[in-house]
Amino acid sequence: MGYKIEIKERPGIFDAVGNGVKKDILDLGINSVDRVQFIQIYLIEGNISQDEVKKICEDLLVDKISQDYSINNSQPPVARRNEFVVEVAYNPGVMDPVELSVLKAIKDLGIDGAEGVKTAKKYLLRGKLSAIQLKTISEKLLYNKLIQHIVSSQLSALSFQPAGYKFNLITVDLSGASDKKLEKISKDGQLFLNLKEMRQIKNYFKGLDRNPTDCELETLAQTWSEHCGHKTFRGRIKYTEQIKDSKPKTKLIDNLLKSTIVKVTKELKKPWCVSVFHDNSGVIKFDDKYNVCFKVETHNHPSALEPFGGANTGIGGVIRDPLGTGLGAKPILNTDVFCFAPPDYPFDKLPQGTLHPKRIMKGVVSGVRDYGNKMGIPTVNGAVLFHERFVGNPLVYCGTVGIMPKDKTFKETKVGDLIVVVGGRTGRDGIHGATFSSGELTHESETISSGAVQIGNPIQEKKMVDTILQARDMNLYNAITDCGAGGLSSAVGEMGAEIGARVDLDKVPLKYSGLTYAEIWISESQERMVLAVPKTNIDRLLEVFAAENVEATVIGEFNQTKRLELFYQGNLVCDLKMKFLHDGLPQLEKKAVFIQEKHREPKLPETQNLTKNLSELLSHYDICSKEWVIRQYDHEVQGGSILKPLIGIVNDGPSDAAVAQPVLGSKKGLIISNGINFRFGFIDPYWMAASCIDEALRQIISVGGSLKEVAILDNFCWGNPDKPDRLGGLVRAANGCYDIAKGFGVPFISGKDSLYNEYSVNNKSLPIPGTLLISAIAVMDDIAKTISMYAKKSGNLIYVVGDTYDELGGSHYYDTLGFLGNNCPRVNTKKAKEVFNALSAASSAGLIEAMHDCSEGGIAVAAAEMAFSGELGMELFLSEVPYKMQSVRNDSILFSESNSRFIVEVEKKNQKAFEQELQGISFGLIGCLSKDKNFKVHSIEGKICIEAGINQLKEAWLKPLRW
Amino acid sequence: MKRNPKVCVLRTAGTNCDKETAFAFVQAGADAELVHINKFIQRERNFSDYEILAIPGGFSYGDDVAAGKILANELRTKLIDDLRQFIQDGKLIIGICNGFQILVKSGLLPGNDMFEQEVSLVINDSGKFEDRWVYLKSKKSKVNSQKCVWTKHLPEVIYLPVAHGEGKFIVQDETILKKLKDNNEVVFQYCDEAGKLAGYPDNPNGSLENIAGITDQTGRILGLMPHPERHISVLQHPRWMGKKEGDGLRIFKNGVDYIRNHF
Repeated sequence: MGYKIEIKERPGIFDAVGNGVKKDILDLGINSVDRVQFIQIYLIEGNISQDEVKKICEDLLVDKISQDYSINNSQPPVARRNEFVVEVAYNPGVMDPVELSVLKAIKDLGIDGAEGVKTAKKYLLRGKLSAIQLKTISEKLLYNKLIQHIVSSQLSALSFQPAGYKFNLITVDLSGASDKKLEKISKDGQLFLNLKEMRQIKNYFKGLDRNPTDCELETLAQTWSEHCGHKTFRGRIKYTEQIKDSKPKTKLIDNLLKSTIVKVTKELKKPWCVSVFHDNSGVIKFDDKYNVCFKVETHNHPSALEPFGGANTGIGGVIRDPLGTGLGAKPILNTDVFCFAPPDYPFDKLPQGTLHPKRIMKGVVSGVRDYGNKMGIPTVNGAVLFHERFVGNPLVYCGTVGIMPKDKTFKETKVGDLIVVVGGRTGRDGIHGATFSSGELTHESETISSGAVQIGNPIQEKKMVDTILQARDMNLYNAITDCGAGGLSSAVGEMGAEIGARVDLDKVPLKYSGLTYAEIWISESQERMVLAVPKTNIDRLLEVFAAENVEATVIGEFNQTKRLELFYQGNLVCDLKMKFLHDGLPQLEKKAVFIQEKHREPKLPETQNLTKNLSELLSHYDICSKEWVIRQYDHEVQGGSILKPLIGIVNDGPSDAAVAQPVLGSKKGLIISNGINFRFGFIDPYWMAASCIDEALRQIISVGGSLKEVAILDNFCWGNPDKPDRLGGLVRAANGCYDIAKGFGVPFISGKDSLYNEYSVNNKSLPIPGTLLISAIAVMDDIAKTISMYAKKSGNLIYVVGDTYDELGGSHYYDTLGFLGNNCPRVNTKKAKEVFNALSAASSAGLIEAMHDCSEGGIAVAAAEMAFSGELGMELFLSEVPYKMQSVRNDSILFSESNSRFIVEVEKKNQKAFEQELQGISFGLIGCLSKDKNFKVHSIEGKICIEAGINQLKEAWLKPLRW
Repeated sequence: MKRNPKVCVLRTAGTNCDKETAFAFVQAGADAELVHINKFIQRERNFSDYEILAIPGGFSYGDDVAAGKILANELRTKLIDDLRQFIQDGKLIIGICNGFQILVKSGLLPGNDMFEQEVSLVINDSGKFEDRWVYLKSKKSKVNSQKCVWTKHLPEVIYLPVAHGEGKFIVQDETILKKLKDNNEVVFQYCDEAGKLAGYPDNPNGSLENIAGITDQTGRILGLMPHPERHISVLQHPRWMGKKEGDGLRIFKNGVDYIRNHF
């Protein structure tokens, strides 16, 4: 029989969950709720006696120090006036991550009868609420209808009974289909294939004199999807560019990826680039024993619909990239970068079908926290930025760095190897994820594509990583890859591309019965990897997994048929030539147009007092402290945290880049940084790309690194590339990537594009700002040379290094005043490299006490951050700042976001030596540190233009996101 | 003992501070082995093979139900007799973060004859997981100076990071608290830089009487929420200039030295 167990905090024990919900309700503008009580519910099914269920409660589910419980309490849901009960349970088919571990624990108690466990959450709200308010609270805070529902009657949340499945081969009639019909088939089946591609498939099967099965069509759609095939970047683009008033120029680009990003790497020929652009992540040399690899992915569409699950599986997915690189790398750190609409976005302006940005942000941060922390991978670096145009479509970038022994860097699937699926079971979750991300979101996406939404199970993945690395070190398999987008279809298809593969789909372990053969094949269930295992090793391999309760199952064999053959209960359900699957995709031809817009440069009156402007900048959502986010991530697990994301006298200042020690006890380190600034892209995507690269690199210099061994990754998040203006900006940005990376001598090693980031409501399309994330990884020879950004000692000198230009276009200063402007920052790689190299030399000579790069908010923000993080006063003289502008202004010097600049703290005794290192470079000794805790700036005219206590500035910076 | 003391770092699904904990013990002069709990249950390994048992941080079994609960349940139901013997043999146990939660929920800390749970570690008052550095007052009692073998020779105030969502220390009732205090079993309390007991964020989770770590009546079992293995080298300190060794290393050395002197 079934039991419903309710557990709540005992009177007198603080109910932290309930209290948190109460705070969130206040954020919604509802202040009539006096108290929220949280009640955890377990539903247990099986052959269990009353005594046994009591034992389960007392020994396992209930903390007897702090909690009370009841079994099958039949109280009516609403007990008193002004008391409301909301009970939230998972929808049928959604995995309950707690089920497996609770079943295990019940067995450990010696009770064998339990068959199923589900959890639910109950909230008891006390206070005056209208029906509409209650609905608002429920929908905006307590549940997401994609994965959960409100339980109306008492026991209805008990486990669902899955349907059975009887084999029935389905074919799709393409042979006689007209073009119109082909398009309909693609649309109705969510295949996201265009007419040219559908015709190609029709012709292939015409040659075979038969129609495709549903499984064949799905396999092709997934392999040929934008997500997996990167059709835009690899296609042909007719690109027209018009800069300023010159005549438009048109050229044909055959494969944008190869002619920009990959080209840099090829031309630079760095000997330490070990494996680039072909495996699941890019690999560079770390030391004589190890290589490191880095991959950054996006999970935007799933995070828009279900923020927790989307971000959760986003981080889970990218962790499997290093794990699936070579023969498997151990994940050692994560990075996360998010773009949301502002958290104070008005509720009544929200487009139909979208969640509020604050809820999205909270959900995304929780999702990353849950997965990253439970995996034991430190989240060391990131950024959070805000703009209204991310309202329907937030950006969630997740990155993972892995480390592997040198001899485990390459893989090769061999004929005769068994196909083994390892880790989680396959369910109906995540079906059509790859194709779903290759189309725009609409207000109907939440119903049509709900199968693409998933929740991860980090412990399943942790077990899998632990055991795979053991099997790797015992040399038990020849190849490995992850089941990401496209599931088994993508993994097996890729591994067997050169030889051939046969899979028996009925051997794949399932979460529940009822899946069709095609669903098994394309399901994107999380936490699965595929291995190619020589037959002689199979018994030992299965033992390694069994020893730690990880499921591993032989599902087929790689062979030399050069075909992909799938069987279900002995029936052939898919038979495709590998060549057609992988090379049959017709090259896309797209048009791209970039016309450089001229934006108005605002004419601002000159103000004498800029204190208020600095304070407003410090409170800008892009600039303000992200402590609320960062503290929730474990950034120190694995013990290798050298430079932490929050530093300073009370550990709350903003670090530039992270420094990690991947091999405990070794001097060698890794520096991880990122550059992102979509605002410059409103003016010119070329210079946005340039600035992103400069920012990522100068952060490496700031923490004591050098350009000696730096690799970068590109992540483009863009609007619909079928629209020429969107694609034009993308091409322009890619060209910027080529020129600037080449100029710096820094290769790309991996990248990713997420296109179709648009949100359409009633046929009106809202594209996101074209956004490029540059992630950088650098090898550092001696971690003891690490430099941090907070001011160290009163009396020390403060320098600005690098020229300041009149480049307020796209700046945060303009943004606080409601302008965009036109002069966006540019990069001169020759001069920038001189600055970077000189500072690297100075830091390795031990001449620098603190260093911070100038980015959002310019010199003023960077200097203020150093001062208040170090709890020291600072006095600066703008007349000493090296600048190059026609008519000089104080606000331009203070707030311009010109690239390649740093604020540096130097001890007086090192003044000469430091200035010697900087010979030939623009720098200025602009002031010094003091004990008085005041931040004071003298204008070029010699008057005070900023004066404020550092605590006052710090408070402006801490306040906006202190939730 | 002439050979290096042997440390078992216990692992299961979701353990994640195992490698750095083992590294800390090796730095302190021990041999450390990572052992999956299944090996003990299947008798491929025995606790008697080791002198120190370390239960490291992480999210054992996802911290489903409550932090550490399912592994605590597994230890109680499958390995309790072996653990009892291990303790009776005068050997050492340390539980860090999730390990502390496990020791508390399996009744090994503060510990009574029946291994009944008397204290608990529950959700932080802030309602969320937090990673931050904290100052800890290492308690030295006048009556029974430095009862806990793990905390000898520590400076008055040490500095370690915490990283948890369920670390608020509570007790069943006043008598338990009194017993802990009377027996000098409270070994670490959250404090400010000067060593004064203080509120949030110095006390990061709202723990009763700022309690961050306790020992049992023998002084040989230590459980604490902060992570000493994350501060064994100065380079791990957030502001590491001018220090010699990480504050956490002494704790591991104390354990290793005790075994060397007593076995």
